[in-house]
Amino acid sequence: MTDTQKKSFSIWDLANPTRFLSILDKIMTPLVILTVVAFAAGLYLTFFYAPDDYQQGATVKIMFIHVPAAWLAMFAYMVMTIGSLGTLIWKHPLADVSAKAAGPLGAAFTFVSLVTGSLWGKPMWGTWWVWDARLTSMLVLLIIYLGLMALWRTIDDPIRAGKAAAILTLVGFINIPIIKFSVDWWSTLHQPASVLTLDGPKIHASILIPLLVMAFAFTLLFTALHFKAMKNEILRRRIRTMQMQAARSVASGNGAVAASRATPSGQKPATTH
Amino acid sequence: MFGNYAGFIIASYGVTLATISLLILWVIIDGRTQAKALAELEARGIKRRSARRA
Repeated sequence: MTDTQKKSFSIWDLANPTRFLSILDKIMTPLVILTVVAFAAGLYLTFFYAPDDYQQGATVKIMFIHVPAAWLAMFAYMVMTIGSLGTLIWKHPLADVSAKAAGPLGAAFTFVSLVTGSLWGKPMWGTWWVWDARLTSMLVLLIIYLGLMALWRTIDDPIRAGKAAAILTLVGFINIPIIKFSVDWWSTLHQPASVLTLDGPKIHASILIPLLVMAFAFTLLFTALHFKAMKNEILRRRIRTMQMQAARSVASGNGAVAASRATPSGQKPATTH
Repeated sequence: MFGNYAGFIIASYGVTLATISLLILWVIIDGRTQAKALAELEARGIKRRSARRA
């Protein structure tokens, strides 16, 4: 093997979970430090740099967490969708691990988006909630996330669960463009898009910059949590495989020693996942 | 600092902080649980097939 071949790296190298874990171990600490620094900068800009809005007053401070949370709610679903395609088309061994790990994170950020939106809506619109297209489609997204998490828990075999969840994820993806364009397609109480528009951002730089820094910080946080959750899922599957191997040893008559080894304390036996 | 809107703003940041804290705790506790279970299995001599070949 030449030096060039030795140094070459492809995304498919990450298909090896052991190699993936060793890369995670190297990048996790710098990623966490970068996340903390980004949040410190974002919160400083939010509270000491960004002015109050001329119409919405100080309530605009809610935007700096509400909008990034809403972005991440959709971003997490995009990650799950890519993972689902990886599971069904390329059968990448880490694709369903990635999709499963992103689920609870996406659900949490969707929840934050809904709650902070409600807390912003009451003083601005005079109501906590209205059944308009944007809010309803975000609520549907939360329900899809919860459904997917339930599906993952319902099926014992992670491979079968991954395939079933991948199909449901792809079906649920139809909701993402509905969320994004709902404010353009239907008459709604929710304000139209003001950052990602064809004509460019419609927000003044004094508010746009803190918003982008907070969005960057939230994205780093999601990435760090997602990587850690993926590592946990890989270990969980490794444990399950080892338990099943030990149980097979028992079944094939390899003795009571294997039986005593099969289930460590605090861990369910392999037959019950 | 935030006038009449202080309650709404503090509640928003509070809910966000609480949710993010729960997420961080979840991944840390889950990670420790899995690492402990794996260590216990390995201590009992149970190894993955790939580890046995190495």
